[in-house]
Amino acid sequence: MSNWIEASTTEGVNNEDVLRFDYGGKTFAIFRSPDDKFYATDGLCTHEKVHLCDGLVMGHIIECPKHNGRFDYTTGNAQGAPCILNLRTYAVKIESHKVLINLE
Amino acid sequence: MKHVIIIGGGMAAARACINLRSHDFQGEITLISEEQHLPYDRPPLSKASLIAEDEPQPIWLLEPDIVKSLQVDAHLGVAVCKIDRIAKQVILADDSELPYGKLLIATGAKPRSLGPHVLTLRDYRDALELRKRFKLGQKIVIVGGGFIGLELASSASKLGCKVTVIEAQQRILLRGVPERIAKIIHDRHVGAGVELLLSTVIETITANAVKLQDGREIEADTIIAGIGASPEVRLAQEAGLVIDNGIACNEYMQTSDPDIYAAGDCCSFIHTQFDGRRVRLEAWRSAQEQSATAIANMLGETKAHSAVPWFWSDQYELGLQITGFADMGPVTVERHLSEQALILFHLAADGRVLGASGIGPGNSIARDIKLAEMIIAKSLKPSMQALADPSVPLKSFLRG
Ligand SMILES: Cc1cc2nc3c(=O)[nH]c(=O)nc-3n(C[C@H](O)[C@H](O)[C@H](O)COP(=O)(O)OP(=O)(O)OC[C@H]3O[C@@H](n4cnc5c(N)ncnc54)[C@H](O)[C@@H]3O)c2cc1C
Ligand code: FES
Repeated sequence: MSNWIEASTTEGVNNEDVLRFDYGGKTFAIFRSPDDKFYATDGLCTHEKVHLCDGLVMGHIIECPKHNGRFDYTTGNAQGAPCILNLRTYAVKIESHKVLINLE
Repeated sequence: MKHVIIIGGGMAAARACINLRSHDFQGEITLISEEQHLPYDRPPLSKASLIAEDEPQPIWLLEPDIVKSLQVDAHLGVAVCKIDRIAKQVILADDSELPYGKLLIATGAKPRSLGPHVLTLRDYRDALELRKRFKLGQKIVIVGGGFIGLELASSASKLGCKVTVIEAQQRILLRGVPERIAKIIHDRHVGAGVELLLSTVIETITANAVKLQDGREIEADTIIAGIGASPEVRLAQEAGLVIDNGIACNEYMQTSDPDIYAAGDCCSFIHTQFDGRRVRLEAWRSAQEQSATAIANMLGETKAHSAVPWFWSDQYELGLQITGFADMGPVTVERHLSEQALILFHLAADGRVLGASGIGPGNSIARDIKLAEMIIAKSLKPSMQALADPSVPLKSFLRG
């Protein structure tokens, strides 16, 4: 079952950057890649539950602000120490300049 | 080469096991640690582990099933007592002899001691002991205003202890932290009710008091030393390896014996990124990076260590991060991200950024510190006005 929620406008997220989006008691991270695609993941690092939105986006990587753990935000895959668990990802679609994410 | 032996059971040792297998090393890996536990994380020991309501478990750097899947033969609770370089073997406390093809020394550092009445913090057992003592109203005296001492002060004061920090120097964090930032941390401790005694010399320490040279006596239920750690070099020294503020390595993390490498808190090495300066870094991420360099070179690469150092400390709600060397640049540029969040850039006379130190609530300075690290790695010379202006994104210096 799909559950598309508006997380932002397309202008709301800068190129190669991340935006925090809180909804239903949970927090998510919305990414805009250098090639202008949008992605969404859980908002907290899988290491010590820190908000990833304070981290730096480099290409397809978000680096956690706390201990520099890294994730590929397009797949959610953890990319080495100290992060072992992957990030959950969510489907994204753009409709008339709105970024919608599927919270199923 | 068939057999790699790793002496130590900390971050550098744990990463070495992972790196050996990710480089497709097919031979035997033996890890020998005098600790009873598999490698676990130390930074929480002065922070979350002390404050957590339930007794904390070690946070594993190598879980038992990972050790198994990496096919690492782990000898725990047993120390290496000798390295025999001629026979190329290590001798353990239980008298067993293990031959090596290449050896990695990752023995870390040991806290300097102040005698029988004074506790120190390095391992999980130390943290459990401190947990028992950090109770409401307890008088905790900490000797040394460095990172460990101050993190302990922050944790103890959060738990309602009455905390005194005694520092011999005229300010806290004299080594490696700019005065401007040390002052912010100082004021935060004072605000939390911690008593900070600076330029204070200790005369004697008894079981329940610290007597100062000026005649004052500070009562204590618990006394803890945070006066730094000495690199654990004994094995290397007795084996005749060169020692220079730690086990001396070249830029490849190789010791004076070509078959022996070292990584982490136990060694010093030549940092090519900083004009060949010899450094010893006691930092968590650097232990990982040094270990990666050592293993790559052990397996035949020629990779000089170039990672820009990075360190963090958490005290109260404040996050401190330092990248590069805060004490190297003669020129300082301030960048105010907000009322509470500040970054200092440390520049060489020619404008090259050599370090950056940041302090602010939570992770507010993390992104800019990361970008500063990338600027340092590229030896860039951004304009001072632009660095000082928070509306100019640091990312802009890295483009093009
Ligand atoms: C309480 C605490 C808090 C910290 N907080 C931070 C922080 O916030 N940020 C940061 O960047 N860094 C922090 N650090 C520093 C960081 O944890 C260290 O830099 C890192 O642990 C170094 O790893 P290592 O593998 O070199 O050494 P260690 O982790 O010290 O491991 C050395 C291992 O070798 C074993 N060993 C020694 N001699 C022998 C022998 N002869 N035979 C067998 N085994 C031996 C020891 O028992 C130990 O297991 C902290 C350290 C401590 C202690
Ligand atoms: S909290 Fe993200 S790497 Fe530790």
